[in-house]
Amino acid sequence: MDTKTPVDRRQFLRVSALAGGGVLLATYIEPVANASARLAGAPKTAADFQPNAFIRITPDGSITIIAKNPEVGQGVRTMLPMIIADELDADWSKVTIEQAPLDTTKFQRQFAGGSTATPVNWMPMRKVGASARAVLVSAAAQTWNVPESELTTSASTVVHQASNRKIGYGELTAKAATITPPDMETVKLKDPKQFTIIGKGMPGVDNHKIVTGKPLFGIDVTVPGMRYAVFEKAPVFAAKVKSSNLDEIKKEPGVKNAFVVDGGQQLQGLLGGVAIVADSWWAAKSARAKLKVTWEEHPTSSQSSTSFDAQAAELSKKTPMRSLRKDGDVDAALNASGAKVVEARYFYPFISHAPLEPQNCTAHFKDGKLEIWSQSQLPEPGRALVMQTLGLKDTDITIHMLRGGGGFGRRLNNDYMVEAAWIAKEVGVPVKLLWTREDDMQHDFYRPAGYHYLKGAVDASGKLVAWRNHFVSFGDPERMAAPAQPNTPPPFAPSAGIGATEFPARFIPNFALDASVIPSGVPTGALRAPGSNGIAYATQSFIDELAAAAGKDPLEFRLDILSTTPITQDPGPAGAPPGFEAARMRGVLELVRDKSGWGKTTLPKGTGMGVAFHFSHRGYFAEVVQATVAKDGSVKVDKVWVAGDVGSQIINPLNAENQVQGAVLDGIGEALGQEITIENGRTTQSNFNAFPLLRLRQVPPVEVSFKITDNPPTGLGEPALPPVVPALCSAIYAVTGKRVRSLPISKTDLKSV
Amino acid sequence: MTFTFKVNGKSTTVDVPADMPLLWVLRDVLDLKGTKYGCGIGQCGACTVHVKGTPTRSCRTPVQRVQGSEITTIEGLSADGTHPVQRAWEAVDVPQCGYCQAGQIMSAAALLARNSNPSDADIDTAMNGNLCRCGTYLRIREAIHKAAAMPATDSNAANRTSKSDKN
Repeated sequence: MDTKTPVDRRQFLRVSALAGGGVLLATYIEPVANASARLAGAPKTAADFQPNAFIRITPDGSITIIAKNPEVGQGVRTMLPMIIADELDADWSKVTIEQAPLDTTKFQRQFAGGSTATPVNWMPMRKVGASARAVLVSAAAQTWNVPESELTTSASTVVHQASNRKIGYGELTAKAATITPPDMETVKLKDPKQFTIIGKGMPGVDNHKIVTGKPLFGIDVTVPGMRYAVFEKAPVFAAKVKSSNLDEIKKEPGVKNAFVVDGGQQLQGLLGGVAIVADSWWAAKSARAKLKVTWEEHPTSSQSSTSFDAQAAELSKKTPMRSLRKDGDVDAALNASGAKVVEARYFYPFISHAPLEPQNCTAHFKDGKLEIWSQSQLPEPGRALVMQTLGLKDTDITIHMLRGGGGFGRRLNNDYMVEAAWIAKEVGVPVKLLWTREDDMQHDFYRPAGYHYLKGAVDASGKLVAWRNHFVSFGDPERMAAPAQPNTPPPFAPSAGIGATEFPARFIPNFALDASVIPSGVPTGALRAPGSNGIAYATQSFIDELAAAAGKDPLEFRLDILSTTPITQDPGPAGAPPGFEAARMRGVLELVRDKSGWGKTTLPKGTGMGVAFHFSHRGYFAEVVQATVAKDGSVKVDKVWVAGDVGSQIINPLNAENQVQGAVLDGIGEALGQEITIENGRTTQSNFNAFPLLRLRQVPPVEVSFKITDNPPTGLGEPALPPVVPALCSAIYAVTGKRVRSLPISKTDLKSV
Repeated sequence: MTFTFKVNGKSTTVDVPADMPLLWVLRDVLDLKGTKYGCGIGQCGACTVHVKGTPTRSCRTPVQRVQGSEITTIEGLSADGTHPVQRAWEAVDVPQCGYCQAGQIMSAAALLARNSNPSDADIDTAMNGNLCRCGTYLRIREAIHKAAAMPATDSNAANRTSKSDKN
């Protein structure tokens, strides 16, 4: 496994914590002359005001704000500039947004992952805007010869109320350009009550281009002289080409090049296959239909979902490979008199990201320099991978960041980028590599499947007293069985781990979390709310089972758990996100109880409500699902209520609601019918006919409420997803009395007679 | 082989293989990139265009089948994004990633052309073939209702641009 690519969520958060520090701000302020040459877009003229890498104001008053991170639908290209614009007191209606290229010298980390854009950038972006505003105020004070303290700003204008004078930012650019911006660390920020843009619903800045079909996405890139490539890889991951009918393929209409790429064994790197380059993508794809490849044998060609199930069952009977956490005495609590013991195995399958825009990348290699157009969520590690694989220097590589047609974590890997780069180097002309949907679904970094062997007990009073989870996942059994060592690769496959502080750890006196792993050659990676998207289902569902054993209302049972004093403090590794605060979770649980009318609504026969909560990516979410199960076992979600706490400020409420609704519908789609299975070492499903995404007819209303708390604002792309899966299963139990212990739900027989 | 048809009101002749899907003719031959590739098997609707006014999956439509037809793509739905569906999409802030939206808009425009005041059920039926991986479905429903209630033209047409027009 390539551990250099930080796809793991915890690595992410560590990196982000670093990126949020003071070093970041220092580099945002550049000498004006240097910045102008490097800013994307229009060239600067002498009278422009460009106080930092993010802002350019021209004498006509137009303001350009740079959006630093990749946009894959999370709304960051709108949200981060809003923060700058507010502290700048810009007239948002007249601001133009430009996408930054990859330039980590100027912008530090530029990535989309881990719902980190808000916590990492909230204060830095405010300071970027505030420092520019301070310069404009100084320029106006000098112009009018009045004290700065008498000046106010609003909508790109400095105002001197005492003399009833106003001056537009554009008129101040020449003077402002001569003033050194104040230290960003000490610049005065607004009182949040003064925000005029933050907290207002702002439509996405690319909306007009989207609705008029302008070229905007990675797949839309056109470079003069460009050719089109397809790349056939082995159905068994990382198997190499033994032989192929290349000579015949080269004779196919439109084909310019066809060649074997040897590739390596790193699943995140360049893998072996056959590249076909043609004068149109359709010609390349048509030629590929005639391609015959014999693949080398590969050690993982016999693995299958069935064999994984069998291995998990075997491992569950053995002593776990590693103990991740142990509190109290679980055995004693399970065997205590009066204890009601519940035991269950929970399983969730591999699933695919399936962003609607299939993986693609355009690259041009010329005179030792490589230019790349990509919608990667992690362009910087992409560049590192390309450097390493092609033997280039970072200064040889330019990366343009294009809008991505969905990310969901798929574009955290850069396999398509290194493939395009390799092919481009081979052919020497610009090449657009485009995968088919089938390529995309069969060569994903799947959400890893997981098996949770759970045993728990409530005492005679109904209190949760014991919990044991033997988590059987994927990874390296040798490393898992050896004592944990610092600075060694994690024993879990990417995104297949579990945290020792994951709820309900700390809230149950007798608690054990153990883990064993199955070796596998299936590529895995982060899917929206990585780890959490499966773990929340297993743990919250099991809490539901224990609530039933205790004879308690599932929501009240959860409030009781959250009201107990945590038994140990959450130490957390250095740089880890702040620990779980039970009070914040109680807050959203109570809010969703009130909003949904939990326990107070009379529901028709066949309809029920379920509840669940989960903490991830610093966000607290509790959700109630109302669902109806028909006699034939079909499930219809009637409504979802969501309560979330992501701190003191919802930056863009219009997008926040969209993200939360999308995350909830995403989770419902995953739960209802999505599954990737492995047979003979290869992925069975290949398109949407076998891997159903949620469709409009299945979509319930999703009512979103935020609880505003006095905490720093945090991200929203992910944390709303995990609770909906167990909440839906809980609703199904309320109707049918059947537990959904295996996903997708479609595999559980819910028919009633 | 050559094929002649009208795209967005303009007569167009292309010399391409007869089995080449209309989607790839539009995107790679005519440089109309608004119509999107999602699945290639007519499952997702991202490639939806109008052929003689009927919403059609261009990924499953060989170019030979549209010989002599009138085709409308997202680029030709209106001159400047002023079709009620486009305006409603912006007003409601429907898109997340935006990749499916051209197909959604084309399906919605075809629905409104034959049913000026659709119910939720009508919308669900007409739009069920268009996948949105981001889950903007609730806003899609809302925007279609809004578009149905809108006048056909927009007096502020000249002011309509993206905030990212210099990209």
